Amino acid sequence: MEIAVFVFLFALITAVGLFAGRWRAGDLSQLDEWALGGRRFGSFVTWFLQGGSIYTTYAFIAIPALVYGSGAIGFFALAYLIVAYPVAFVCLPPLWRVSHERGHVTVSDFVKERFSSTTLATLVALTGIVATLPYLALQVYGIQVSIAELGVPVEVSLTLAFVILAGITYVSGLRSAALIAIVKDVLIWITVLVAVIYIPIRLGGYSHVFAQIGPAKRNLHPSEFAGYSTLALGSGLALFLYPHTITGSLSSSSDRVIERNCVFLPLYTIMLGLLAILGYMAIVAGVHPTAAYGDNSVIPALFQKMFPPAFAGFALAAISIGALVPASIMAIAAGNLFSRNIYRELVTHPPSPATETRISKLTSLTVKIGAVAFILAVPSTYVVNFQLAGGVWILQTLPAAFLALFCPWLDRLATIVGWVAGMALGTYLLVDTSFQSSTYAFDVLGIRARLFIGLVALGVNLAVVLTGSALSSLLGGRRRRPLTAQGPTASPT
Amino acid sequence: MLLVPFAAVLDPALYAHDHPRIAGIPFFVWYQFAWVLLAAGITGVVYLLRYRER
Repeated sequence: MEIAVFVFLFALITAVGLFAGRWRAGDLSQLDEWALGGRRFGSFVTWFLQGGSIYTTYAFIAIPALVYGSGAIGFFALAYLIVAYPVAFVCLPPLWRVSHERGHVTVSDFVKERFSSTTLATLVALTGIVATLPYLALQVYGIQVSIAELGVPVEVSLTLAFVILAGITYVSGLRSAALIAIVKDVLIWITVLVAVIYIPIRLGGYSHVFAQIGPAKRNLHPSEFAGYSTLALGSGLALFLYPHTITGSLSSSSDRVIERNCVFLPLYTIMLGLLAILGYMAIVAGVHPTAAYGDNSVIPALFQKMFPPAFAGFALAAISIGALVPASIMAIAAGNLFSRNIYRELVTHPPSPATETRISKLTSLTVKIGAVAFILAVPSTYVVNFQLAGGVWILQTLPAAFLALFCPWLDRLATIVGWVAGMALGTYLLVDTSFQSSTYAFDVLGIRARLFIGLVALGVNLAVVLTGSALSSLLGGRRRRPLTAQGPTASPT
Repeated sequence: MLLVPFAAVLDPALYAHDHPRIAGIPFFVWYQFAWVLLAAGITGVVYLLRYRER
């Protein structure tokens, strides 16, 4: 029964995905059309698409697993999303305006023109791809965990899920992700609402659930405060630097769509918070994580244990489809970065739009094969750890991508050196923890505190960028024309 | 105005408490849920103010 429901829902979204190419059809051999859906998505579709690219397997699987295993620290996800939207509200609309006017498809396109620097653009593109790969692998991992809970052979079903994902992305591009995102959201919201009403009833109510959780897991220990706030701030700044979240934003039809969505997207954050509480419920329900997937299996196991079989199949399909949407957007974003900002620089003649689209499609396919291979070859604990590392790395592109929008005096060389310093320090600290943790114990003014590595590296990065830029303008460096959009909506407020 | 949510949630010492509870939910948890909505509300107000001026 479970499997029948699961298979039915997957067949449904495959049909939707393949049909999507005809929806508001454009010339799919153009990169704009394939990769940004023709930049025509209004508030409604963008809401689903951005929701689909922000709230991923990380939210459905990893955050509840963190709450289950480590307790209150997992709620940093709420704090980080609370601060992420004000950042997006300030930074994304200007980026959209410039990109729209100048025809940029990726953030590296913007960096290249803003700094007149192919080197910096390539560095930003590489950072984006390297940070996206483990994120994409995490999505595939989410599908794997859900399928494993159904008792189906993992290799077979993973291959099947991959074929579906690759097929619909290749044919219809971002349109398929957008349409599937709508279906996915209906499934996910039903699952979450049923879960947060039905499971507490079976467990004796919310107060009973929280009463069963020990104080150590129910609340933060003062020693965790510094880690909690630096993780929240760092992740909040990093969220909209990821290529897949930027792709979701650039595909909208206007800057006001993005601004409005910063008001309405937090509705999903409520959902994420409810999912985090499910981590506590898994403890109370006495769910045991499986040996193969550890804590990350607790949400699928909780659904399996508490729901009737048909609805458990529904819920597990919802999580898997919830992973397909961001996976598809991530693969498209990585493909764009490669074709626009790496391949283009390697060949002597600029490729035609059709060639560029073909390269994007092929790269997105390669990236997905890579993600599946990564999942099958690497122990699963590393998947989550590399995703954390991705967060540290992507944060180092903040000066080039966001700061450059507002500071015309940022110097090219200083920004490059800042990036190198941030990446080097961040990677060094990650290696020092053997990629086991995204926080690191620092001695600050005699107080020992664990801080988020990404934010510390960003601090060094920013210090270099600002000092370098100041020096350069003192030494009479060339003043650069600020690259901002000139349209009627562009006047600063 | 957009900095208010930062002040509200970036110092856990402000809200890492068990009490007061609402319907048995610890302060730590419901305070953050409340700020998800408040922060969205603030963004909404900024949005409206920005376009009213035009």
